[in-house]
Parts: sequence; C-alpha cells; structure tokens
Amino acid sequence: MTAAGRTNYDEMLNEDGSVRPAYADFRNWYDSQDKAWLKRQDAEAERFFRRIGITFNVYGDDAAEERLIPFDMIPRIVTAREWRKLTQGIEQRVRAINAFLQDLYHRQEIIRSGRLPVHALRNNEAFLAQMIGMTPPGGVYTHIVGIDLVRTGPDEFMVLEDNARTPSGVSYMLENRETMMAMFPELFTKIPVRPVSDYPRRLARSLRACAPPAFKGSGRPTVAVLTPGIYNSAYFEHAFLADQMGAELVEGSDLRVVDGRVAMRTTTGYKAIDVIYRRVDDDYLDPLSFNPDSVLGVAGIMDVYRAGGITIANAPGTGIADDKAIYSYMPEIVEFYTGEKPILSNVPTWRCSEPDALAYVLDNLAELVVKEVHGSGGYGMLIGPTSSKKELADFEAKLRARPDNYIAQPTLSLSTVPIFSKEGLAPRHVDLRPFVLVSPEGIDITPGGLTRVALKKGSLVVNSSQGGGTKDSWVLDE
Amino acid sequence: MLGRAANGVYWMSRYLERAENTARLIDVGFHLALTRGNKHSQDEEWKSVLTTTGLLEDYCARHADITGPQVFNYLLRDRDNPGSVLGMLENARTNARMVRNSLTNAVWETTNEGWMHLSELLSRPVRETNLGEVLGQVRRTGTLVRGALEGTMLRNEVFNFSRIGTFIERADSTARILDVKYYVLLPSAAWVGSSLDNVQWDTLLRSVAGNRAYSWLNAGAMDPRGIARFLILDGQFPRSLVFCYEKIRSNMAGLAKEYGEETGAHEILRATGTGLHQTTIEDIFEMGLHEFLQDFIGKTQHLGNAIAADYRFIE
Repeated sequence: MTAAGRTNYDEMLNEDGSVRPAYADFRNWYDSQDKAWLKRQDAEAERFFRRIGITFNVYGDDAAEERLIPFDMIPRIVTAREWRKLTQGIEQRVRAINAFLQDLYHRQEIIRSGRLPVHALRNNEAFLAQMIGMTPPGGVYTHIVGIDLVRTGPDEFMVLEDNARTPSGVSYMLENRETMMAMFPELFTKIPVRPVSDYPRRLARSLRACAPPAFKGSGRPTVAVLTPGIYNSAYFEHAFLADQMGAELVEGSDLRVVDGRVAMRTTTGYKAIDVIYRRVDDDYLDPLSFNPDSVLGVAGIMDVYRAGGITIANAPGTGIADDKAIYSYMPEIVEFYTGEKPILSNVPTWRCSEPDALAYVLDNLAELVVKEVHGSGGYGMLIGPTSSKKELADFEAKLRARPDNYIAQPTLSLSTVPIFSKEGLAPRHVDLRPFVLVSPEGIDITPGGLTRVALKKGSLVVNSSQGGGTKDSWVLDE
Repeated sequence: MLGRAANGVYWMSRYLERAENTARLIDVGFHLALTRGNKHSQDEEWKSVLTTTGLLEDYCARHADITGPQVFNYLLRDRDNPGSVLGMLENARTNARMVRNSLTNAVWETTNEGWMHLSELLSRPVRETNLGEVLGQVRRTGTLVRGALEGTMLRNEVFNFSRIGTFIERADSTARILDVKYYVLLPSAAWVGSSLDNVQWDTLLRSVAGNRAYSWLNAGAMDPRGIARFLILDGQFPRSLVFCYEKIRSNMAGLAKEYGEETGAHEILRATGTGLHQTTIEDIFEMGLHEFLQDFIGKTQHLGNAIAADYRFIE
C-alpha cells in the first residue's frame, strides 16, 4: 500500500519545508554532524544489538532463525502538548476497556442496553466462558496494554488497534533509548527528553499491587514471567523484563500446582508464585481448561486462579477487548462506560458481516485494507492499492466465503518521520505503541513507546515480521 | 534459583569444556600427522581421537575411510554429528540464552560472541591451513568465558553449578583420554624407552595440555608411571582427576553452605573423593589402570546424575 500522490502529514517538516518546533533542536544538532561519522555510528548500532543478543525469531524462516529488528537512529519526537492530549485519550480508552471486560464477564449491561449486538460475542473465540463471573484480584483485567496509534494530521491521532492480551515490544522501547544514549550522549544534554528507563520498575510495582488474596506475606509478592521458551519470537523481551524486574523467568515445565498455589521448581524445592506475568496465549495457559495438548502452561492454574491463589497478568479472556470484530464498537464502548465522548478516534471500519458493508467493501476492494478479524502481525491481510488483480480476486473469493471473518478500513495516509538513509533524511510512514500499566493504584503511561517504521519507501506496513524497523520515541519535557 | 536454570548453567559449562577438549584432541591428531610420516599410525591416531570422543561408530557409519581433513571436519562442523564442536558451542549458547538472567552480561556476551565468531569460521569446510585458527578460537572462547565467570559472577549457586559442570566434564574427559591410551603406559619389555614410546607419551600429555607442565616438573624425563601419576593424582595440575574432584568438592561445599544442607550427592562425592585422595599410583597399577579408569568414569557419571536429581534439574 503506498500513499504516493496523497498528502500525508510529515512530523518533522511543514508543507513549506521549514522544520516544526518538535524537531527544531534535533535538526540543528543533525545538520552540524559529520555525515560519514553518522554512517559509522549507524553500522555500529547493528553490531551492538547483535552482540547483546537483541534478536527476534521469525516463524517459518529456518535459515535466519534469529534476526535483528532494524533500528533507525533518527528519533521520533512528540511534544509535551501532543503527549498530554494523547495520554488523556489513552487513559480514557484503557479505563473503558477494563470496565467493558468486567461487564462482559458479569452482567453484560452493554448488550442488554443494545449498544453492542450479541452476535459480536457469540461464536467469538476470544470470549472465554471460563471467565464468566470471575473478578480478577484488584479488579484489573489488563495489567499491560499497548495501544497502536497512527497519526494523520497535526492533532489527529487514531487508534489502529488495542493490544489487550500480551502486547510485546517494550524491550525495544528501552533498548532503543539505551542505544541512542550510548551513541549520542550529547543529544540528551541538549534536548529535554523524558526518560523511559524506569518502565520495568513501574511494571514490577504495578504487578505487585495486584497480589492475590492468598498472598499474606509481610514481604513482597513473588512475581514470575512465564515464557514459552527460547524459541519464541519475543524470548529476548521476556528474559529482559524478568531480569530488569528482578523476577524469575519461568517456563511451563518449571511450574506445578502445589497445595493450592502455583509453584516453581527451585533447586531446593517448590516455591509459591503470587503474580504471574504470562507471555503465553490463553489457549496454552492451562491444559485442563483450554488446549489439552499445551505443554507451555500449568495444569490446574485456572482452578488456583478462581480460588484467589494467583494473579494472572493479563487476565485470561481479555482478547475479547482487542478483537477486531469488537474494535469497530470501541467508540460506543468508551462512551457507555465513561459517559464521555472518546478523545481518541477509531479508524473508520466496515464490518464485512453486515451485508451493506460487505457490498461496499467488495465494490471498493482495490482502495481498502482488509484484515482478518482474528489475525495479527500483518499476516492474512489485503492491502488493496498494492495488490495485483489476481491477489484481489483471490481475496475476494475468501471474503465472499467467510465475510464475518473480515473487517475493512480505508487506506490511511499515515504520517511520516525521517529515517537515516544513504541519501540523508528520508520520510517514512510510522505508527506508535505507547505502553500502559493498570493497577488498583491507577493507570500509568510511560512517556514514549515503540515507534515502528516502514523502512521501504512508500510502504505502510510497519510490522517487524514484514520488514519494518523501530525508532527511539521521544516525548519532550515541558 | 530454578532447577531448570541450574541445569542450564551446568550444561553450558560442560558443553564449553567438551568443545575445548575435543578441539585439543584434534590439535594433537593434527600435530601427529605433521610429525609422523607413517600413514597407518596417523590413521590410528585419528581413530583414537574418534574413540575418545565416543564418535567412532557414528563416524564409520557415515564414512568409508579415515583421513585427517575428513575426521576434523566431521568433529568440528558436521551437522549430522551430534557431538561436533559447533553443535556443542550451539548447545552451550542455547543453554546460556535460556539462563541469561542468571549470568552477568560479560559471561553472556563472551559466550554469544564466541559462538557467533565460530559459526562464521565453521560455515565453510576447514582446511589444514586454517585449522589452527579455528582450534585457537575454540580454546579462546572457553578461556574468555571462564575468565568472565571468574571476574564478574557472584560466588553463589549459579557460579557453583557452573564450576561443577566444568570440572565434572573435565574429570570425565581426562579419564577417557587416559583410558583410550592406557596401554601405552603399561610396562612393555619390547618398547621401553624407545622413541615410539616417547612420541606416544608426549601425545597423551598434549591431549590434556600437560606436556609442558610435565616436562617442567620432571626435567624432561618421561616415564609411564610418572605420567599416570601426574594425570591422575597431581593436585597442582588443573586437568588431573584429583584436581577436578577437589574443585567439585569445594563448589559442592559452597552449595551446602548456601542452602544450609548437604544432599545425597555430597555423600557420593565424599566417598569417591576420599578414595581418590588415599590411593597411590602403585595401588592403581595393581588394580589395573583400565579397571581403575572405568570405575572412575562410572562413579563420576553417578555423581553427575545425583547432583541433577538432588537439585531438581528436571522434573
């Protein structure tokens, strides 16, 4: 999908080519640097990442089992004013998501009121019957949320996707900043950038604040990060976060239920865990409750959970809130639970399950982006404007066969941010994923997030699995 | 710490040690090939390298004949060889990655960089001209990781499990090398003091990096009993059986101290260790060198299994 011919918003340059205030200090610094030196630094960054082992695994790609996500050293910069407005919108949305989940798994007022049709829930695999009537410790469903935002104008940020299951990418936010500070320390003395490095500490505090009823110790609740293991694409992040939080990094094979608690096998016996930050999907969490073939989870953990013996972060069943079929109702959901107009808007979305919408989508396929309702990672989607006739025809067949499996959105003209290319600064499309922590103490948004960038000229796909890169994301201090 | 993490640290160290020991055996095989013209005795030497590594059968199932480059490429980089140096470095690195949070950055990075460098070197067939470089890099990786452990790790359970892995592997390795060559140390009326004996003894000492140390201690004089005593009982030599057991004893004591109790493995260690300390080279030859070594290898394996069970390495 390209935005060629469209006028998209460039975050650094005004239409007349002058530099916007957010980038003024950075541009001054950049213009005074020796470009050959910058090129050497750019190459150095890759060696740095590879040595410390920040890699990700790509499914179905044996030859390059561990790859680096390309890092672009030009920061993405957001002003204090822009950020303030963004955080208000994010906080409102995350508050609504948690209220929505509480309601869906209890009285379902939103359905009774007619604001959400019952078919959005029926036959939806993301809705977990096992969670009906269950309130998680502290009343928190989504301890960690990543909200994917795209920008289309000076004050127009839209939510592209809510990640309410197990959002990843936060380690890149942290490592990108570390790398920038190591490469260009003087930049940070010249420009007031708000720090992100205390995210793991905030995460640990937030998780500990959600300890389950069974925790009665005088010390700190024991937190563990549950990873599927070293072959998982985000293993680096799991290890990194556990390390930074001072938590144990556990796998399913380390855990079992002992005396009504979930316990990990240590060299001196089993030790109870209070809060588990799980990075395995719901389906693999408990072979007794979900997928019986799973070896990644813990048999019986759901029983312990229901009895108040452990906190699971995020709670099982939160996927219903970031489901693409539910996404299109988010404006109504925000309004229903907060009583306010949504501060952040949604991307206009056609639900192909509705005949009128389907007819429109079929007529305009070449202009639209069509996504699978349950897909993720940029797989299984159609980008109309860059697809061949054959691809369009093939997709049309799939769409007609199972319309309720798809939603469609207009091709957005995403904002651009400069990257460092052979020819100097060049604009590329970006999105932004800020990371949000929820606990009974409140909602905490780390100033910054993960900026993903489509490194190919004109491309709008920012997913790392599809050739996207990342950037350090700066929020300027007041 | 997690039992799985203890297992990971232990095996990371064992694999690194094993990779290094295999590299040294290849070095000796190669050295011999350069110094002895006789094709038959060269083949015999490569064959004994394969026997020592326990891979002779697997090798013969894949190759019809034994030639130097074929053997060292098999040992270094053959994807189908479960015990290749590259495979062991990958195992070491995979284990390190799994327990990364228990390691300092220095230990993880030296392990990761060593693996990166060697997988690059070993991505193409190794020739005689760059064999030295490859073997040197394997040795350097082992040395750097041990140095990083020594210089940066807390002296806690993680460190102790790592060291126990290193010295169990090393004790096993020295014993196996000796066992494959034990016959060269047996009294033989026909060959005593011949130049062939001298070459064989020297080869044996080189296999455990002990040739210079031995010459130093014995002013260059070679005698089979002295060599056997040196490799088994010399507490100064860092690859001798006694030395390895002394290290295992001290690291196991560290675990007992940290955890506040001993385990069954401590008792097994005490029994074997005491026997080793009290024995003399005369006792060993009386019992039979081969029998002694077989018994030692079995007991060391038993100790390793007891440690894995007592500290819950696996479910």
